[in-house]
Amino acid sequence: MAKSASSSPIPDPIQAGLASGWKVIDASTLVADREVEADVAIIGTGAGGGVTAEILALAGLKVVLVEEGPLKSSKDFKMHEAEAYPELYQESAARKTRDKAINILQGRNVGGSTTVNWTSSFRTPGDTLSYWQKNFGLNDYSAESLSPWFTMMEQRLHIGAWAAAPNENNDLLRRGAAQLGIPAAAIQRNVKACWNLGYCGMGCPTNAKQSMLVTTIPSALARGATLFTRTRADKLLFTGDKVHGLSCVALNERGLAPTGHRIHVRAKHYVVAGGAINSPALLLRSGAPDPQHLLGKRTFLHPTVISAALHDKKVDAYAGAPQTIYSDHFLQTQAIDGAIGYKLEAPPLHPLLFASTMSGFGVQHAAMMKQFAHTHALLALLRDGFHDESCGGTVSLQDDGSPVLDYPISAFVWDGVRRALLSMAEIQFAAGAKAVYPVHEEADGYSSWNAARKAINALAYEPLKTRVVSAHVMGGCTMSDDPKQGIVSSRGRYHELANLSVHDGSLFPTSIGANPQLSIYGITAKLASGLATDLTGKPPPSLPLL
Amino acid sequence: MASIVARPTRRTFLKAGFFGTLALMAAGSIYRIARPESPPGFVMHPQARSALSAIAPVMLGNAIAETPVDIDKAVSLVDDAISGLPLRTQQEIQNLFALLTLGPSRRFLVGIPDDWPRAKPEDIAAFLQDWRHSRFALMQSAYHALHDLIIGPWYADASSWASVGYPGPLKELS
Repeated sequence: MAKSASSSPIPDPIQAGLASGWKVIDASTLVADREVEADVAIIGTGAGGGVTAEILALAGLKVVLVEEGPLKSSKDFKMHEAEAYPELYQESAARKTRDKAINILQGRNVGGSTTVNWTSSFRTPGDTLSYWQKNFGLNDYSAESLSPWFTMMEQRLHIGAWAAAPNENNDLLRRGAAQLGIPAAAIQRNVKACWNLGYCGMGCPTNAKQSMLVTTIPSALARGATLFTRTRADKLLFTGDKVHGLSCVALNERGLAPTGHRIHVRAKHYVVAGGAINSPALLLRSGAPDPQHLLGKRTFLHPTVISAALHDKKVDAYAGAPQTIYSDHFLQTQAIDGAIGYKLEAPPLHPLLFASTMSGFGVQHAAMMKQFAHTHALLALLRDGFHDESCGGTVSLQDDGSPVLDYPISAFVWDGVRRALLSMAEIQFAAGAKAVYPVHEEADGYSSWNAARKAINALAYEPLKTRVVSAHVMGGCTMSDDPKQGIVSSRGRYHELANLSVHDGSLFPTSIGANPQLSIYGITAKLASGLATDLTGKPPPSLPLL
Repeated sequence: MASIVARPTRRTFLKAGFFGTLALMAAGSIYRIARPESPPGFVMHPQARSALSAIAPVMLGNAIAETPVDIDKAVSLVDDAISGLPLRTQQEIQNLFALLTLGPSRRFLVGIPDDWPRAKPEDIAAFLQDWRHSRFALMQSAYHALHDLIIGPWYADASSWASVGYPGPLKELS
């Protein structure tokens, strides 16, 4: 793995910012403990932490950001899976549920998952918000009242229609759905001058993706914020009903082991934004008050299943904008609190993720790999959290303090998995597939819809047999103004502690039913603006436009 | 000597599965009691290397030319991939290799009567299928670990790309 010095012809805003004097401390290089004081300490630099940092810095507050991962930038983004996954993802992109049956993709770097996501941008669906209003008392979370916040973040992050034609991988979803009369539509993306390369998941090499890494975080740093990287938030310290400190451990260069040095942060206010799994884990590790035992509960995944299909024509699913077409048909054709629904999308295929996702081994697996360029893939994201038999998973701590998610898949959810595999196979055959491979240890390739339907209906739906993945972890710090239902208020304030907020996807009382990035941007923009006013007594700042 | 050890039947596998599960759990808990924090990273001992050298070609099928150079490459790609995982996971993988390489567990749990270098590919394939379809979650997840750790890094390596029709990323930016 040759690490070339900057050979990229693309200007790198992070390197320029560092040269201009940004306050960034890579904790792996510390030779002694450090103490730092600020108005606000923000833990995590993903969608929630990034948005919060910019708004608070614009409000004139002194901000310290704490990030467990490294600061990487376009000069480092070489589009190689073997380098990108260990550097940019939690647990080398191999984080798993306790039973190891669900593989979880979450970012771990400055920018969090926004650095490595596939740019799909959806506002929180109206029916999800209605469910929250009705069941969690979140009265001011209507599509109308959130609309200005979504608009603000759409403008800030250049979210809009993607003008180029979908790549073949996405167009097969469009064509197959159209054959069956299933509505499909275009996905909005947060990109600016995108090269249509297809490597969003390994960090954008051209800075086209308007992630937190190239937008809000540089903006906060330019306004004097301090950023600690390779710094794991270990424990919040409490006195009475207040947080009086945050104790962090410095991690070594690979981010695997503590160096032995600590960073002590003292602030007037603390914002937890480590993402679902890590945010509830920090609060659990700290012994945060949790009288109703809600912390870490109701953690949702959009459990995701995959169907691959072979075509005579090349698909080249690695090339071009990764996700540009979707269908919500199977979310919209039934009640949100009825049988579980699912969203359909077409994921990019790259050799490592594809090879490890496809089941089997030996000559059979090798034969599948030979067809890599001719393979189309669909995925179905199941909308969990809207039914008594879909109450999500639970984050708890292992003996070393690291978090682990238990996510039992109920019969109710497995039923959705089976229906999703059927829907995807039918669409793939309608799009002209010559064989369809539901990703399941007991499944084979099927050459007709009829054969596939029979086989999918007969498969055993069990953990470790059906390949289930997730790139959307949500919940675990449920938001509700009723302290019996949630540990954080509708204003993002931790009920039991006066100067603690949670600003990330862990707030969501259910899954979103869509890729969550814009939901996190819009909702945390609203929360951070409220917090800015609370802390300064002034109206919230307006965001810079691109 | 080896010839008198009967090839394990499906039945002994199931029994072994149960004891193996206990063995893995015991190894894990002894380990956790002994070292509550910061476990050491995975070390590719010679025994683990010889097990992987035997398993990798069976896992990869005809995607790998079975020369010593290719097999060494497959093993070192696995080693690199493990080195990026959390230390806790590295320790779990160390336990898995202990199980694969200790004589009794190799014989009765894995079903490989002789040392790994003398293991027959069909016996290795049978062991992988048995673990893959085991009714014990620990064996299934151990199979998945071997699958992902051998297959993922192999195809992530640029030397395999041409064989699957993947041109790799734009050279000007990579």
